[in-house]
Amino acid sequence: MTFPDRPDGSSGALEGVRVVELASEHGALAGKILADLGAEVIVVEPPGGHASRRFGPFLDDVPGAERSLWWWYYNTGKLGVALDLHDTSGSDLLRSLIAASDIVLEGEPPGQLAELGLDFESFEPERPELVWVSITPFGRSSPRSREPITDLTLQADAGPVWSCGYDDHLLPPVRPGGNQGYHTACLWAVEAALVAFYARQTLGFGQHVDVSMNAACNVTTEAATYEWLVAGATVERQTFRHAAVRVTPPREMTSADGQTVIGALPRRTGEFQALSEWMTELGLRDRFDEFFFVEMGVERGGVQLPDITGDPEAAAIYQAGADGLRMVAAHLPGKEFFVQAQQRGIPAAMLFAPEDVVEDPHFSARGFFVDVEHDDLGRSFLYPGPVFQAPTSPWTVRGRAPHVDEHAERVRRAAGGM
Amino acid sequence: MTSALGGLRICDFSGQLAGAGATRFLAAMGAEVIRVEDPVTHGYWDVLRGVSPFVDERRGPDFGGPFNNHNVEKLGVTLNLRTDVGKELLRELVAISDVVTENFAPGVMARLGFAYDALRSLKEDIVYVSNSGYGHSGPYRDFKTWGPLVQAGCGLAFATGIAGHHPAAIGYSYMDHHGANVMAIAIMAGLLHRNRTGDGQWIDISCTDAGAFLNGPALLDYTVNGRPLRRSGSPDSNRSRAPVMAPHGIYPCDGEDNWVAIACRDDRDWRALAGVVAASWCAEARWASCPGRVEAEDELDRRLAEWTSSLDRFSLAATLREAGVPAAAVQRPSERIDHDPETAGWGLWPSVTHSKMGTVRVDGIPAHFSKTDWVIERGAPCLGEHNDVVFGDLLGHTDEELVAWRAQGVF
Repeated sequence: MTFPDRPDGSSGALEGVRVVELASEHGALAGKILADLGAEVIVVEPPGGHASRRFGPFLDDVPGAERSLWWWYYNTGKLGVALDLHDTSGSDLLRSLIAASDIVLEGEPPGQLAELGLDFESFEPERPELVWVSITPFGRSSPRSREPITDLTLQADAGPVWSCGYDDHLLPPVRPGGNQGYHTACLWAVEAALVAFYARQTLGFGQHVDVSMNAACNVTTEAATYEWLVAGATVERQTFRHAAVRVTPPREMTSADGQTVIGALPRRTGEFQALSEWMTELGLRDRFDEFFFVEMGVERGGVQLPDITGDPEAAAIYQAGADGLRMVAAHLPGKEFFVQAQQRGIPAAMLFAPEDVVEDPHFSARGFFVDVEHDDLGRSFLYPGPVFQAPTSPWTVRGRAPHVDEHAERVRRAAGGM
Repeated sequence: MTSALGGLRICDFSGQLAGAGATRFLAAMGAEVIRVEDPVTHGYWDVLRGVSPFVDERRGPDFGGPFNNHNVEKLGVTLNLRTDVGKELLRELVAISDVVTENFAPGVMARLGFAYDALRSLKEDIVYVSNSGYGHSGPYRDFKTWGPLVQAGCGLAFATGIAGHHPAAIGYSYMDHHGANVMAIAIMAGLLHRNRTGDGQWIDISCTDAGAFLNGPALLDYTVNGRPLRRSGSPDSNRSRAPVMAPHGIYPCDGEDNWVAIACRDDRDWRALAGVVAASWCAEARWASCPGRVEAEDELDRRLAEWTSSLDRFSLAATLREAGVPAAAVQRPSERIDHDPETAGWGLWPSVTHSKMGTVRVDGIPAHFSKTDWVIERGAPCLGEHNDVVFGDLLGHTDEELVAWRAQGVF
């Protein structure tokens, strides 16, 4: 039986799979996902705990190894053990533990584990079914493999930063917020790990999976890459819209309560119809000089984008649709605009801050936020939970992150009773 | 080389990037992915079939550069599901598939007559994976989205910007990539569960949930500490408050729109940086520790920017890394694709052969497998390119049947 038990009594897709994860700043999300999918994930930290326990934010803003919300989030559902790998008893225990595991997840500087005889090659002769996943900045064989990186320098080097920022290019380009370089590598690492594990079931052998964080970000930049690969063209960053080869019109709108909203500019008949009815209901039609063109959009059967450049009437209709939608947005609170637009068949969104996601009824209705008990504090907190609903093997946050060395005894038993 | 997913068959309705990206990866790992498209609309439900960039002046559903990029190594068939024969052929295909994937708006598969119960009646242990903007439950289940709307609705667009300015949002469909990555994870999780228990299931992905999931610590700061991100001076994603690092930013360099990213993780990094700057202001005591640098971070950034602005970004970044300080030039696409030994050494831009477009470079896979590595050689399928292979060779129908059905508009 996998430990810890899932609070809902279910079994996950990775029930019975044991993962040894060497704690790292950049690979922790991958281990968390495997744990949420049902694996028994044992996170191995150095004595005193991993450095990321010192990353904020902290519970009540008071630092402490058991108070880091960073650590909490990225390590839910894992078992924790602290081992000194430079001490024989520590490295021996890790060796036994790995020998009793199915998947190893690590982000150590390439070569470091080999020096300790704790790399994939050392285990392969005796444990050929082991799936070993390395997540490193440039992959294991790069000449730059030991250079220092952070999420910022990673995303600058590999493409994401070039595409983000403002129309004003005197302002620097911008890093996508929230450690997305690390996350990108971790999602790729998980899907690769699952493929390798599947192959082990069908082919009978494990293997080494070498994930490059730099490569992961490089292939996660959409048009920036294929515009260059296919057409030799370079995209330029633009405020609140896609980086593109050509400058596109501003798309964000401001609601009556000062929120930022965006919406699909009407093109189809139904969208012009919806806008026409909406403006009429709100009493805006008489205040909008170009309303005539909105109605014309209905009569004409919408407008085709290619027509807009060559056909003044189509251009006027398209512009009236955009201006009308902007007028509606300015008339309503942002949340109402977003929800009503969608209900009327006009795709739209409000710029949600993280707290808006927590307060919004949709996410709770799907069971996205889950209560995680912190028995040590006598409290429980809402955490982001399942990214997908899988009825017979649910994605489950099975419990809080481990304290430093909390599961030492269990882990020793798992390693073979040492 | 043996392929990891040989023998695995996916009946694939998914398109755009959020869907197609998932089965692209699995196809590169050896799965037989059969993309099913509508001949009546020329496959344009997936708009990427017809949009730029193009390799030359030719246009049409077989020439969209993004479609080629996202559909390498797949087979492509057309089926008019408004016809009885079309429906029957799809039933035959589902019956011999392991997985069915789609990223239509909720309700479309049911209207086609292929909701989960129908699929399960054709193949008891089918793994059916749906991927949509808000998922198939909850008050927003019918809402339509694409990348920018998902990113606005999940909190990630808000988290990207410079203090004192409006959020910049993410300048591409980041969550389409990760919708695809999460979908690949869901498919493989479903298959592993099936292998263990014999049970299939319907897995329902919400891209907006996935986006919120990728902003965890900020969400916990609100649910645990009650601190909203909507506050003065926040967000400022070029800086780092968790963990606290300063200096930490993107600074101007010599030339037009040239920038370098520099991050000092700790006081040791700062001392190394100060050693390279070698200016008297760096020696002031207030910069020596992180709290001091954070307190006057605007001034610190201004002084650093004055220093970097006359320097070449590549040589500066190399010098700083040599000194142990994380630093990188903000690379343009041309630079990271054509002039970066890292991506070249990885084999990150493989060339594929497309039946009409010819040889085109595409995205590779950021993981190398020591025994069953990925293969990306074949371009995306033209519309209906593999009808004969799939309906004839695979499903066993005769040439006469295929000719008749083609005349009836089934394909």
